Formats: sequence, structure tokens, C-alpha cells
Amino acid sequence: MSARTLLDKVWERHVVRDLGEGWSLLHIDRHLLHDLSGPPALADISERGLPVLHPELAFATPDHAVSSRPQRDGHSSAEGAALHDALAARTASAGIRFFQLGTIGQGIVHVMAPELGLVMPGLTLVCGDSHTCTNGALGAISFGIGSSESAHVLATQTLRQRKPRQLRIRIDGQLAEGVTAKDLALHLLRILGASAGVGHAIEYTGKAVRAMGIEGRLTLCNLSVELGAKIGLISPDAVTIAYLRGREYAPRGDDFARAAADWLSLASDTDAAVDREVCIDAAEVVPMITWGTSPDQGIAVDARVPDPSTAPNEATRLAWRQALDYMGLRAGDPIAGTPVDWVFIGSCTNARLTDLRAAARIVRGRRVAATVTAWVVPGSEQVRRDAEAEGLDQVFRDAGFEWRAPGCSLCVAANGDRVPVGARAVSTSNRNFVGRQGPLARTHLASPAMAAAAAIAGRITDVRAMEIA
Amino acid sequence: MQPFQTVSGAAVPLMRRNVDTDVIIRIEPLTQLPRHELGRHAFESLRRGKDGCPLEGVHFDEPRFREAPVLLADENFGCGSSREGAVWALQGMGVRCVIAPSFGDIFVDNCFQNGVLPIRLPRDQVLALAAACAEGAAVTVDLRESVVVAPGDLRLSFTIDATRRRALLEGLDDIGLTLTEGAAIDAWERADRAARPWNWPSSSTPDIETAQ
Repeated sequence: MSARTLLDKVWERHVVRDLGEGWSLLHIDRHLLHDLSGPPALADISERGLPVLHPELAFATPDHAVSSRPQRDGHSSAEGAALHDALAARTASAGIRFFQLGTIGQGIVHVMAPELGLVMPGLTLVCGDSHTCTNGALGAISFGIGSSESAHVLATQTLRQRKPRQLRIRIDGQLAEGVTAKDLALHLLRILGASAGVGHAIEYTGKAVRAMGIEGRLTLCNLSVELGAKIGLISPDAVTIAYLRGREYAPRGDDFARAAADWLSLASDTDAAVDREVCIDAAEVVPMITWGTSPDQGIAVDARVPDPSTAPNEATRLAWRQALDYMGLRAGDPIAGTPVDWVFIGSCTNARLTDLRAAARIVRGRRVAATVTAWVVPGSEQVRRDAEAEGLDQVFRDAGFEWRAPGCSLCVAANGDRVPVGARAVSTSNRNFVGRQGPLARTHLASPAMAAAAAIAGRITDVRAMEIA
Repeated sequence: MQPFQTVSGAAVPLMRRNVDTDVIIRIEPLTQLPRHELGRHAFESLRRGKDGCPLEGVHFDEPRFREAPVLLADENFGCGSSREGAVWALQGMGVRCVIAPSFGDIFVDNCFQNGVLPIRLPRDQVLALAAACAEGAAVTVDLRESVVVAPGDLRLSFTIDATRRRALLEGLDDIGLTLTEGAAIDAWERADRAARPWNWPSSSTPDIETAQ
């Protein structure tokens, strides 16, 4: 058989029937449901009088609309109470596992799914959430869908899909000290743009990717959708297998050995053809920060805010001007030194244990600037407990951070957590869209260490200049 | 699903790149309102900027573009969040067709689930349509002929996936179609369970932490 990619192999395995004209009926192995997109999809099939075909393949948890306030319950966020209750009630009547607040398994869907071993190499996984691409880091085909498609999966355990084109991003070399997967993703966005991946699945490969742990890979794949790609994925290797061993839903004993052999066989063949390939050198990547209202509007932290008069064309000039106006920045100013009002360390991009450790290294023994409100929102109940067992919560609290309860919080601002009008936030999340963190709120995307540095300095700061205590 | 054959009417321009689905519909109405009430909240952050006025290049509230069934947009329209509410909000303001150089992939999927037609045309053709329709002149989108017709002898052909075109013309329902594939799905699942039993969570999967 000719050389094939991971995507080719997993896709072919899941074709239930060739529907013709390039379309396949694709089996879906796992379906994650959250409080925002889960209830309408469950309501949809219930109104049609259809049962959930495989409730044991769907897993639900509240994340988007629940408050991150400490000691919260499902009703602490006024806007989320009905959604929380609808998800709990509808999953109960459908026989779907619901991970409730305060228990292991609750958390941001793309944090809890890898953690529990719900996503494994060779699976197909969907969720009504565009950052479902995150889970491709484990070698699965994983993508976001709307609630109509979610209803289709609930009723049939399949989707009607066209195979995407394939973009391979090879990252060779080594990331410098203090440079993270987040900086790499923001670097890719800056050089490729927010629509580079439209119509494609992106496979990340190369030495720098192999050298990353699973949590870094999850961060990298998370931002695939900001590049325009529904799917991001990484071939399974020894790191993947070591990560999955012992996870609650991962196979055990002899089954694990058989599964691991199968997983390794799914890795892309070295000479497999793709539609497009981009190669970059990891050594070129530096700590990044966004200045605009699209995730591809990022610069090195020691660079200056772009000047629209130097834009390559009229459309870009207009986009830059509109972004600067919204962000309240002046062309040509150094981005470092910009005063910051809020810092958010959290989200499905950067709220795992290694992210919190990286931020805590910067924070330890220091104080959050008096003018800054700084939050840490662990990605899941498991992350919260692990971080507390290491004393990270105390490091953050001692410095003046709020240590909050797991969920999407300020990344989506659908839960009562909101950056105030006009305030400027450095955020470890994935989207700096207009109004994303609250009406007229201004968002600068960065890594956890960069966000921590901004909280301490009270302004955007090059983390490399801060000594580690 | 509502079929789509031809649609005629005003074409409102929104020539900004990377208009994301958060901008199409903010999160607050999405969490609070039923889908049929989202229309009046569409593009809120563009219709009312810091000073309460529409931003530059935003024309939704001009009388000639009220209820315009066609939206002319720029590159990567509908990027970002998978929220299907973005399509419901467009429908709520009367939009049946969006014409742009490129779209977010999930947004396109959501359009086709709801009988909204996304058409890809080169940017210069979208700009030509915007110029021809600037005063509110009607454009006709004919899916049967795969053509967009506008004043000034503009007649622009577009290509569209054959399966999706048929589904829109006939208003086919994906779930209804797939429910007829039950036997094939069942056969696939039996084979996969045998080949890769570890992919199938069993009742013996430990309960991690029983809910109180």
C-alpha cells in the first residue's frame, strides 16, 4: 500500500459507507457535550422523537456557562443556570455520563477528555466547540461541529463528511528556553495568517514537536482552528503511549499493549504525500504577544506595534487601523511597557498543570502589581487538585492572584466572568476577537509565563528579562 | 430544512476580513435567547461601537439594506467559534446567502445545515457586486443555474459541491438520510468492536468518582 498520513489511516478506518462525490459516512467514536452546545442538540433529537444511539460514547460536563467563582455551584452564574440544569437533566434522561461540578472529570471538555483517556490515537471525536481540534494532539481525528451536526451524531453515531485537504507543518530545531508551544502557535499564525488552514487538516511534525510533552502538543493543536483548520493532529509516538497508560478510560493489561502497537502503526509514513507543506525552524520563535483583534495579529514581545501606513495592501491597512482603534494602541510604540488591567491564566489552550507550573515559576516570591486583577482558572477539577497538591495555588494566592474553580471562565465570558469595558487583559486563551472577553474588552494573547510576567510588572513585559526565583 | 433555489433582493456589504462568529452573534444573546430572537442582535459590536454609532463600512441599519437576503463579505468570513447561532442570527436578520472569497469551515457546515447558501467568489467579483448594489439594487442568486446576477450586466458563475447543492435545492435533511443507513452503521460497529475492543468503553470501565 502506498505511503499514507495519520489522517488517511484514521479516516479510511472510519468510513461506514462511501456516499459518492467525495463524501463519506464517517463513524464518530466519541462525542463531548458541554453546557452551551449540548442542550440544543439533545433537545433537537428529543423533539424529533429520536433516541441517543450510543449514550456510552458521549460524555458531558459543564464548562462554558458555569461561574469560576470559588465555592460556586451550577447556579452561581445567572446566565448559565438554565444551561447547566438542561445539560444535567437531558444527559440523565439519555443515559449519558455527566461529570458534575466538584468531581473528577468536570472541567473544560478539551482538558478533561485527554486527562481521562477519552481521546486516544485512531479515534474520531467531535464536540460542539471549535477548539475540539485540541484533542488531535493524541493522534485522533477531532473536530468542532455545530449543534445540528451534534444532533446527527447523537442520533446516528456518524457524520456525513468530505475528507479535508492536508497541510503538514514541520517544525525542526529546538525551541529556546522560555519559549513555549503557545509562542510557536502565535508565530505560525503571524507568518501564515488566520485563513491558511481553511479546508485543511493540519498535521504538526518535526523535531520540535517530537520533543514536546502532550500538554504542549495540546496547546499547539488547540490553535489550529485559529489558522482556519477544523482539524489539527500529531502522529502518536512513545510520548503519546506513556501519557495514556493508566488513564481511566484507556485500555488495561494486554489490551493496552495491543492498542499501543496499533496506535504506533497509525503514525504518518515518512514519505506520505500532502497537499501543502510548510517548514519552520523552532529556533526562530521568540516570546509572542498579540496586538490586534485576530489571533494572527501577533508580534515578538520586543517589537513595535505595526504601522498601517506600512501595510502590504489596502485591505490589510484597514484591518490594522480598525484593530489599533479597538485596542487603543498607537502605531510604532513598543508593545512592551503597555499598562495592563487584567491577567487571565486559563482556557483549553493553557490551563493544564505544566501551564500553571510555568506561570508559578515567574510568580513565586513576587507580588501582582497593585493596578492588576489577576486570575488563575485551572482547566479541570483534576488540574485544580494536582496543582493544589503541589502548592501552586498558594504560590498564586501569596502573590495576589485569585485561585478559581475550573471552567472556560474569561475565555468565553458566557458565565458572569467578564473583563470590564475598556480594560486591557493579557490572556493565555485563544481568541482576541472584538468583545470576546466582554463588551469592548481588549485582549492580548500570550503564554502562561508571559501572562504571569505581565501580572507582576503591571505592563506587557518580556518574560526573558525576569529572573526565576 | 428550508430549500434554496433562487433568492432576490438587496445585497448588504461588509468588507472586513476575518469577521468571526463572536462578532456575528455575541455570547450573551446566544446563552439567553431562543434561536428565532437572535436576528436583532446580529453584528451588535459592529452596529454600535464605542460612541454608539456603526463602525466604518457597516451598513446593516441603512434603510436600503434592511432585510437584505444577501450578505457580501470578505476573506475568512465566519471564522472562530462553532456556534450555530451565528447562522441563526443571519437568518433572523433575513440573510439567505453569503458571498465571500473564503469562509470558516465550521461556519460553512452550519450554513448548509440550515438552508443558508455560502458562495465563494474571488474578492474582485465580490467588490464588483458591492459596487453594483451599493444603492440597494437587487441581486439574484440562482442555485439551479449556479449564477449570481446583478445590475450592470454582472453575471457571475460559482461552483459548489454537487452533494451540497442537491441537498439545498431539495431541502434534504441529513439526519433523515442517515437514519436509512442503520444496517451499514451496525455492521461497521460490529467489525470495529471485534478488531479494536479497546475503543469501546464497557460497563466495566471504572466509575471514577461516583456523583453524590
